[in-house]
Amino acid sequence: MQDALNLDTAFAALADPTRRAILSRLSTGEATVMELAEPFRISQPAVSQHLKVLEEAGLVVRRIEGTKRPRRLAKHGIEAMDRWLETLRKALETNYDRLDAVLAEMDQPNRTGGKEE
Amino acid sequence: MSKLTLKTEGETHIVGSRHFAASPEAVYRAHTDPKIIQLWLLGPDGWTMPVCLCDAKTGGMFRYEWRNGKGEGFHVTGEFLELEPFRRIVHVSRMFLPDRTPDNHQVTTFEADGEGTLMTLRMTLPDSKTRDAMLATGMERGMEASYARLEGMMPVSAHLA
Repeated sequence: MQDALNLDTAFAALADPTRRAILSRLSTGEATVMELAEPFRISQPAVSQHLKVLEEAGLVVRRIEGTKRPRRLAKHGIEAMDRWLETLRKALETNYDRLDAVLAEMDQPNRTGGKEE
Repeated sequence: MSKLTLKTEGETHIVGSRHFAASPEAVYRAHTDPKIIQLWLLGPDGWTMPVCLCDAKTGGMFRYEWRNGKGEGFHVTGEFLELEPFRRIVHVSRMFLPDRTPDNHQVTTFEADGEGTLMTLRMTLPDSKTRDAMLATGMERGMEASYARLEGMMPVSAHLA
């Protein structure tokens, strides 16, 4: 039950492209909110809001260093990224498996008639 | 039968490749002919595409609408930026869930590969400006969990023509 909830939360967190980009950035190393906001040219409050979602999903953790709160990717975050990509891959593969069947039908007349290349 | 491979490339790209046991011409047609698209670009089981408009020419537009038969649905609109018959498609599209999601820019290529076709796709996730605009709308209102999940499951399958 708890696992299912976490998975849902992680998927929802990963559904947003900006949050995926933040995770990609954090995969290269720790960063503060300011450092994260800079390349995306979005406001720091907006980044903080994304980080909150990512933290609640257990994908990102923070550390306290004086007045700074640098974020880094949680181990769970890396696994979640991989899982997101795998889910996407499976969703696409469902379509392509269907396309295989459609293509087989399309090719039928050509095969019997000797297709010109 | 080879399966789809998919990997991230840098912060904003996803690249994939897939072999099909059909000619590049056939695979290309399956991505540009609305009557064929409607047969396979459906996502999870139970979803259908009652509306499939696809004007496959440079500058042409497409619109796909999906329904799951339980009152849920969403749609995608897009434009073809470049079309090189049987070889290459460049398009941009976005979903409406119902809120508009950021644009996805995609290059799809079709190459003869033995008896069949190697299709490669390169998706470019939205630039920062687009993401910023999305933040202004989507984040404040908060997305329904089901839609957020749907987006996670469907995004590119919905963009692939």
